[in-house]
Amino acid sequence: MKFIENILDKHRDRFEKGGDLSKWKPLFEATDTILFWTNERTKISPHVRDSLDLKRFMMMVIVALVPSTLFGIYNIGYQHYYALGEQPELWSSFLFGFMKFLPIVIVSYAVGGFWEVLFAIIRKHEVNEGFLVTGILFPLTLPPTIPLWQAAVAISFGVVIGKEVFGGTGMNVLNPALTARAFVFFAYPGKISGDKVWTAIDLAKDKVVDTFSGATPLLVASNTEAGGQALQSLHNFQYGDFGFTNLFLGFIPGSIGETSALCALIGALILIITRVGSWRIIVSVFAGGYLTAFLMNVLSGADSTGMFTLPPYYHLVMGGFAFGAVFMATDPVSAAQTNTGKWFYGLLIGALAILVRVVNPAYPEGMMLAILFMNVFSPLIDYYVVKGNIKRRLKRAA
Amino acid sequence: MPNEFRGIKARLNIKPGDAVKIGSVLFEDKTLPEIKFVSPASGKVLEINRGERRALMEIVIENDLKDEKEAVGTWKKDDLKKMDANAIKEALLKGGMWPHIIQRPFSKIANPADTPRDIFISGMDTAPLAADPNFIMEGMEEYFQTGLDLIAKLTSGKVHLSLDLKNKSYAKAFENATGVEKHYFSGPHPAGNVGVQIHHINALRRGEILWTIKPFAVALIGKFFTEGYYQSERIVAVAGSSLKQPKYFKTINGTPITMLVPETDVVDGEVRVVSGNILSGRKITPSGYVSYYDNLISFIPEGTRRRKLLGYFHPGFKTPSYSNTYLSKFLMMARKDYVLDTKIHGGKRAFVATGDYENVLPMDILPVYLAKSIIADDIEEMEGLGILELDEEDVALCSYICLSKTNFGYLLRRGLNYIEKEG
Repeated sequence: MKFIENILDKHRDRFEKGGDLSKWKPLFEATDTILFWTNERTKISPHVRDSLDLKRFMMMVIVALVPSTLFGIYNIGYQHYYALGEQPELWSSFLFGFMKFLPIVIVSYAVGGFWEVLFAIIRKHEVNEGFLVTGILFPLTLPPTIPLWQAAVAISFGVVIGKEVFGGTGMNVLNPALTARAFVFFAYPGKISGDKVWTAIDLAKDKVVDTFSGATPLLVASNTEAGGQALQSLHNFQYGDFGFTNLFLGFIPGSIGETSALCALIGALILIITRVGSWRIIVSVFAGGYLTAFLMNVLSGADSTGMFTLPPYYHLVMGGFAFGAVFMATDPVSAAQTNTGKWFYGLLIGALAILVRVVNPAYPEGMMLAILFMNVFSPLIDYYVVKGNIKRRLKRAA
Repeated sequence: MPNEFRGIKARLNIKPGDAVKIGSVLFEDKTLPEIKFVSPASGKVLEINRGERRALMEIVIENDLKDEKEAVGTWKKDDLKKMDANAIKEALLKGGMWPHIIQRPFSKIANPADTPRDIFISGMDTAPLAADPNFIMEGMEEYFQTGLDLIAKLTSGKVHLSLDLKNKSYAKAFENATGVEKHYFSGPHPAGNVGVQIHHINALRRGEILWTIKPFAVALIGKFFTEGYYQSERIVAVAGSSLKQPKYFKTINGTPITMLVPETDVVDGEVRVVSGNILSGRKITPSGYVSYYDNLISFIPEGTRRRKLLGYFHPGFKTPSYSNTYLSKFLMMARKDYVLDTKIHGGKRAFVATGDYENVLPMDILPVYLAKSIIADDIEEMEGLGILELDEEDVALCSYICLSKTNFGYLLRRGLNYIEKEG
């Protein structure tokens, strides 16, 4: 590997100030530091620094995403073969899913990466590692049937409007992956909602079994008639098994990465053990969701929609709740920054997500909007926490 | 080494070739000329070296080993009991002992015109490789008590002494100390930092001034009044992974470090020499001197120039880290053979609020928001968030663990300087 290092060193000067390629310095720096860890030394105290840097930090998020990603890929194939009435084999399902997923990821990284580098060069900041995570998070929130051009437009929107206009990673208010997701949701609703998009069927349309329904459990539950029991609708569903265990494991139609609550929980475990994700946020989102759903159960009457009756623990394993709580809400940049603030932030995300699901009949899923909404409010939460700290100090003086 | 005194503009009193005694004034502060800095040895001034913009860097004195002294006064025990604050201050100033007294806020040499609310002494040191204060204070009990009695007259409040709760036996100096309020702390670094202790004993309020002194300096002050001249004695630990053997030395301030640690005692390879601990000490060269304040000289390896291919992918069996992102944290076996070097380990990035900063700053302070207010030059917010309570050493661990490689200490000083200038 020495020869790569030599090549880099040989051309290093050309990218420095005054060099003929100095404009491309961010790109050079990114390649250089991605390949080889920096050997820079401290100049003043503290003379020693921790081995953790942002690259390692973001790598840990990606490691935590591995279970969800692998399962998501497998589930694309599983749903495909299941819809055809065939027995889904492990490897063929996986391969099918992989062929579906790969182009979306490539588009996400290539297009998003292009914007990231472009802004780095123009604004002269370094290429930020945060994009490594955004690039994989975004595809995981999409249905497998998403047209690639829509994914490309959306990730452009997410990176540019969600992040770069604020000054790049660390300054953004909204989570860029979710911003991109919201863009698709509002711009091309036909491709990201309803019951047609969650299963990749491809050219085999005529082979689909008669009972096929591409509806997600959330859609089924929210279509429960007024006065009915949401749980009953899930049980009566003919096509797939929408029992609690299966919802938890994730063999259901849905966005690629979100279906398995189990995989999200494994990811949560990795994030919490490595302290990369805030346990305060993860716990409080689940708590907020559970309590609100419980409250909804209590409030449900004869004329309220069936969604009111869905038991809280069902809510937590359905749709993107677990995935959002673990990977989206914990984004350290767009989340609340103070430890006290994180509790409020998480609780409110959980509560809002359930409220949208239950009270608003237009959107069966509320997680994305809840997180984006709280992203906007997290600076306000922090503001009060900071003011509280200042007040405590002033009180001491009095 | 004049550059170790913060905020001092030196005015020289000597020139090369002058003969000096122990306690002869070498230079004084331009703003507060009553603060004198004196010679630790007797002999002849060889050189006066200046750095950038003619800043005074070092005064080299050839020690003639005659140990001639410049006496400041002779006091009997009864005289000391009768001495009032002004007389004590005057003697300390004249005798070159005053710079031991550091004030909060701003952590600079105290202004003799002030009367501090309280005086704080930390009898514990939790920093890496730190010398054990209980060891250093051995045999100093009488001087320590004398010093305590005298400095107690300088404050309108109390003298607070903090000790390590977990310690089984304290130095006699601490054990028998009277006239002080003792406090017990326990925990990992920075529990031994006087700033953290002040926060929990009786935090600094706006407009107040506190003084801090190291316990050894208190004993030196006691000895100063007993013997009547400047005390240059220092007990210094030399330690670190670049040394073959850690040692304690009894020496005087200003001694060249090469005299204590010959090259043969240092492990091969590039070495960073730090006066003080590796978190908040000053970088010095191997040809540096024993400092006025520090009782530790750390030797650690400089970071290797070799760059690891895809270093951030490594499982990290032996990679030291506060975070749990390397396997080393889960393998107790590997814990002991860490070698910390001076590598930064990564590029500078925007803040990422992981919540870890609060874990290593055991005070009711929000370090990230404080840092942001400093960057924004917002004095009101800085003071509101407690900048005046802090010193570089208190936030050193924040910088150490910071994954965006922000130097909180550097920022803190920037904020403090700004407040001093504008305030």
